[in-house]
Amino acid sequence: MTFEEISNKAKSEWEALQRGSYILIGTATCGRAAGALDVVDAFKKGLTRQGLDVLIIQVGCMGLCYAEPLVTISKPGSLRVVYSNVTPEIVPRLVEGYVAGDDPCLELALGTLEGGGGEAVYIPELPRFEYELRLILRCCGYSNPENINHYIANGGYSGLEKALKISPEKIIGELKKSGLRGRGGAGFPAHLKWELCRKAGGTPKYVICNADEGDPGAFMDRVVLESDPHQVIEGMIIAGYAIGAEQGYIYVRAEYPLAIERIQIALKQARKLGFLGDNILGGDFGFHIEIAAGAGAFVSGEATALVAAMEGRRSEPRPRPPRLSEAGLWNKPTLLNNVKTFAFVPLIIERGGNWFASIGTEGSKGTAMFTLAGKVANVGLAEVPMGTTLSKLVYDIGGGIAKDKEFKAVQIGGPSGGCLPESLLNIPIDYDSLREAGSMMGSGGMIVMDENNCMVDAARFFIDFSTKESCGKCTMCRLGTLQMLRILEDITAGRGGIDDIALLLALAEDVKAGSLCGLGQTAPNPVLTTMRYFRDEYEAHILEKRCPARVCPELTVYYILPDKCDRACEHCILTCPTKAIKGDKGEVKIIDQVKCSKCGTCLEVCPPEYNAVVKLSPVSLLPASKLSERKAGK
Amino acid sequence: MIAEKQASQAVAEILGHYKKEKKNLIPLLQEVQTKLGYLPRKALQEIADFLEMPEVEVWGVATFYNQFRFVPLGKYHTVVCMGTACHLAGGRLILEALERELSIKVGETAEDGNFSLERVACIGCCMLAPVVVIKDKIHPKMTPFKVEEALIPYKQEAQGELKEGKSKSKS
Repeated sequence: MTFEEISNKAKSEWEALQRGSYILIGTATCGRAAGALDVVDAFKKGLTRQGLDVLIIQVGCMGLCYAEPLVTISKPGSLRVVYSNVTPEIVPRLVEGYVAGDDPCLELALGTLEGGGGEAVYIPELPRFEYELRLILRCCGYSNPENINHYIANGGYSGLEKALKISPEKIIGELKKSGLRGRGGAGFPAHLKWELCRKAGGTPKYVICNADEGDPGAFMDRVVLESDPHQVIEGMIIAGYAIGAEQGYIYVRAEYPLAIERIQIALKQARKLGFLGDNILGGDFGFHIEIAAGAGAFVSGEATALVAAMEGRRSEPRPRPPRLSEAGLWNKPTLLNNVKTFAFVPLIIERGGNWFASIGTEGSKGTAMFTLAGKVANVGLAEVPMGTTLSKLVYDIGGGIAKDKEFKAVQIGGPSGGCLPESLLNIPIDYDSLREAGSMMGSGGMIVMDENNCMVDAARFFIDFSTKESCGKCTMCRLGTLQMLRILEDITAGRGGIDDIALLLALAEDVKAGSLCGLGQTAPNPVLTTMRYFRDEYEAHILEKRCPARVCPELTVYYILPDKCDRACEHCILTCPTKAIKGDKGEVKIIDQVKCSKCGTCLEVCPPEYNAVVKLSPVSLLPASKLSERKAGK
Repeated sequence: MIAEKQASQAVAEILGHYKKEKKNLIPLLQEVQTKLGYLPRKALQEIADFLEMPEVEVWGVATFYNQFRFVPLGKYHTVVCMGTACHLAGGRLILEALERELSIKVGETAEDGNFSLERVACIGCCMLAPVVVIKDKIHPKMTPFKVEEALIPYKQEAQGELKEGKSKSKS
């Protein structure tokens, strides 16, 4: 079949689909966690009961994770309506109301995908979409990731078709014009990498897609692979053609079973239609892709460490040069890019490098994809043009801070990135501005922290992660981060001295200088940025033994205010997991500070009309008599 | 736990599908663990013999990666997410509560083989933080009190089976 025939067939399948009714249910990992598979079952049952033959399509993620499970009901001639937080209980209503009847059940809907101006919320006009520009995410959640025809009907594989008609030099030229930089974090210009690989001597050459997303709180790559995997595959094939490689690998974490399953299906379908194999689209160029399942090591995200893992060794980085473009997998020239980098390639070829370069800022082109998590109201995924400010992302797209709390910091780039304060919310998101502020683009994880989060504790958390994930090859990374962790543990436990701040800073510089790879070189960033922007919190912990956010357990106590305690109520006594609260019926309840595990259950269960439990820091705020009890108890 | 002989047979069968190439070490370890639930010492020996490499090298690789386990998991394997979003929402308290309720430390399997407890860096459903996964079922937005509640059905099931087993052995 020629590409035109394939494309026409796909388009007629897509159009036929639009002529009928269908139901889209988001069943990416995030949807499943929220119960999407139960919703799928409920719809199947509901449709059978009504005797309806309506197609249910399991799709990926729309990026609105806070609203999962998401269901879209599409009917010819009617509005496409999206329902959020769907449970099996409300499914019969949706089936009877809108699938079988004409009541769109708008009171249960997030909004509609058509219309606007009506009484229902028009989803494309939600405030967040004013700032978003969805390129990679454009079809995620709307097309079936397990059906290649959906991808083709929406313009898929036409980039590849075009690429195979032009020379490799011209492809790399387009990439150069586009200004695309690697989306793995470091931001190395993509065209340079491709050019080096193309010119490198030695065959065979390899293309590797780095899908070893290990950054806690980041799941963009997983969403792309689960929701629209073909764009990554198409990008890799174009890369193979451009550099002269015939074999590609997708290195993906074994912890992403659904992503692996969906890539496998996608590869099979691409082979069947002749996009992969010996003679792609009937031409001379052949390319094959296999999956390599990573066994879980954060350091494997580093290029040379990833290659070591693929060769069956411990995933330890090695010094560069030689670059992977000269000596990569099996010592052969290897092109390694991130999932999102490959996903942009088909669009750049199809629409031209200049089009891509028209989006974004001077030094950072195109869009950036982030996962927004933590204390933000709308947890989810966003794709914005480079140069969008942090505040737009946190407030306009993320909906601000959940539960009306105060914003404290935003952490970008995971364990390698930094915590930025409110005063920096106006900086634009691009590689250079973030680096200047002491953070980094990273792979795109963004965690928002509020007034109830302790910045010293956050720094301790990230260093703890880096310590655990250090491969152990470099002394400074293996032991330096451990020493930093010990010092931070001392500070959060109230054992810190004021000299510790200088010691931490010195160690941070040493770890940066004495580490071979990005993991060690960037591991101190969370400590350095919290010290730079939140030094007062460090000083409060050290000098006053006070945790301003009242998080660190050694510096915090729970106390029941005697004049507020209802006496007759026993909520706290009954729920305390360590049986630390005493007090007979009719007596004021008292917390035994020795038994207390500082879990906060009492504060949570104390009825709001009493609000008798308070959290105090420093510990010395505990009224004197109780304090002596505490000491006596010890 | 699978009997040693059966385990050896299973490993031999898996080895039969692979070429004797060092690059196959990690896929081999993964497949053996999927089959047996963990990597017994004997299996590692057999893999080392098959690939003609020192056993210590196989251990070196196996212990490097987070995925590999060397003790069998409990019947109710419990995973607590310690990702950033879960940490900020009180993940540490959840972990402490689980350790307290199950009377095991993280990384351990209880003596009766019912519960095992593991911490992972992130399971990627940050909108549900803090998250605990018990026997593949996700428990969202946990609190120390909810941990206690969530465990009850599993504990009851375990106890019920224990009683059943006893009465059977009596009869």
